[in-house]
Amino acid sequence: MTVANDHTNEVIVVNGLKTQFGDFVVHFGLDLGVREGEILGVVGGSGTGKSVLMRAIIGLKPPGAGTVHVFGQNFYEANEAERLAVERRWGVLFQGGALFSSLTVAQNIMAPIREHLDVDEELAKDMAALKISMVGLAAEAGAKYPSELSGGMRKRAGLARALALDPELVFLDEPTAGLDPIGAAKFDELIVNLKESLGLTVFMVTHDLDTLHAACDRVAVLAEKKVIACGALGDVRKTDHPWIQEYFAGPRGRAALAAGVA
Amino acid sequence: MTDSAVHFDIDVVDGVLRLLPKGDWRARHLGPIDSRLRDFSDDSVGRELVIDMSGVTRLDTTGAMMLQRTLYACDSRTSDSEIISADPAQAALLAQVRDHLAPCHVAPFHPNPFLAVLDRLGQGAHDALNASMELMSFIGETLSTTVRVILRPSRIRWTSTFHHMEEAGLNAIPIIGLMSFLIGAVVAFMGAKILRLFNADIFTIELVGISVLREFGVLLSAILIAGRSGSAFTAQIGSMKIREEIDAMRVLGLDPMEVLVLPRVFALVLMLPPIAFIADLLGLVGGLLVAWGAMDISPALFMSRFEEIKMMNHFWAGLIKAPFFAFVIAVIGCFQGMEVEGSAESLGQRTTLSVVQALFLVIVIDAFFAMFFLEIDF
Repeated sequence: MTVANDHTNEVIVVNGLKTQFGDFVVHFGLDLGVREGEILGVVGGSGTGKSVLMRAIIGLKPPGAGTVHVFGQNFYEANEAERLAVERRWGVLFQGGALFSSLTVAQNIMAPIREHLDVDEELAKDMAALKISMVGLAAEAGAKYPSELSGGMRKRAGLARALALDPELVFLDEPTAGLDPIGAAKFDELIVNLKESLGLTVFMVTHDLDTLHAACDRVAVLAEKKVIACGALGDVRKTDHPWIQEYFAGPRGRAALAAGVA
Repeated sequence: MTDSAVHFDIDVVDGVLRLLPKGDWRARHLGPIDSRLRDFSDDSVGRELVIDMSGVTRLDTTGAMMLQRTLYACDSRTSDSEIISADPAQAALLAQVRDHLAPCHVAPFHPNPFLAVLDRLGQGAHDALNASMELMSFIGETLSTTVRVILRPSRIRWTSTFHHMEEAGLNAIPIIGLMSFLIGAVVAFMGAKILRLFNADIFTIELVGISVLREFGVLLSAILIAGRSGSAFTAQIGSMKIREEIDAMRVLGLDPMEVLVLPRVFALVLMLPPIAFIADLLGLVGGLLVAWGAMDISPALFMSRFEEIKMMNHFWAGLIKAPFFAFVIAVIGCFQGMEVEGSAESLGQRTTLSVVQALFLVIVIDAFFAMFFLEIDF
């Protein structure tokens, strides 16, 4: 299975990406396309560079070779204004939420709003309240500091901040890791819901088989420094690669499949 | 106004208020019209309202929220108000937003400013009392752990102790030496200039000797170490506290006092005296060179005068304070580190506090020593 060469409706196009830390090569000749309006789940074993791929796409890890285009723009060659324009169109949820610890949740969400939009305090507050409610947090959570929140609430707050500017593209780094199964299922539901109502494109790094079944339209598998399979879950599962077979045919993979079918 | 620009028109059809939003209703364009829309909804509270979406080209959650908010504000009781001519995507977005209009709290609730000031005053006094009690108990714990560890020397963490001796002690010597040298030179210069008026240049030697040996050498060393290492101790231990490393140590049966605090305390207590000694020497060298260069007091004369006036007394009076200063700096650094909680802001506050408190206590202890030495004629 190869990545389609037709890039017309692809929001993210990665071509021949090579990333490395010193002599250690993480990706080599990696190709990936993310289509508009889909939820793409990126899976792979620990250390295959899922998070590094995300960082390469969002401009935090300059590639050694190859190109990354987001919204048709090569981020690493763009000038300041073009970068800013792209940054305003995406939202990022980091693994631990990465909330600013000296600001309350509401202030965290208002930070990008104040920075990028010409809105007064009242509207910014309303926008923050809307986002807090949409990600399923209680109104009281707005006044809390990140250190007072549980892990799940922190992730929701991080998502609310990622959604603050109504992005078209959202990056999620292991959104359900560390959540209890009920919380994780609700988070999946939330993401699908938001995608439907806001028309989001979602790039999601995950370990969670249930999330793949519940939320993802397509799945990309990272192994051997590249994307070894990319497509609908059913097709990817049939790929004849030892890691993929072990991943999907293992006890957890079967359980998730059974749950997905049921 | 062009078609794509955001605005809204108001119309009345059969006595029913009609809001006609036009253009691109996305957050980036909505800032300027928000207050006008608020005024409109304030003016039309209780009236039936129809929102006609036909003129809206783009819509995002912010636009949808503002329209739903207006609808809700105008007419929250009857269900006659409605939104018409929305395309399916817009309708879905509007429906999604409708359930999420509740305002939220932005910051923790504050009472009126006067009460808040009283509250902070009381809280501050209470905290200060608590903090000094806690500091006392921390000092006690440090001492008792020290005794316990000294009784079983195998428990002393030598690697860590030597690491901190190098980091906090050895590496600080160049900067402390340079500072002390300059201070010695400056004191000699100032002294020489004024003492010459009384034809008493020779007393420059006493001035430099006594001030450097008794106070400047050790005090400068302590101040620099407090700024350099006390703060570092707080930051190191504090960030470990934030990442729950301290808790991990406790449950693994490692005593943070033994693993983190004692090596740092030992390292400073062992290193500050030699540092102060080097600072003394370089301070004297600074004074000596100035005396030699500017006043023709030869080094030999400088030295012989030293013996005459029993400089060793002053030397010991200075150096004996070093371990006490070191203890206070290290203990406060570690204590403040342990008090860090949660946020990066708390870490910053505690680091500042650690330096300020350490310096304050160093000066207080210095004053006590001065009074004590005065009483016993040392």
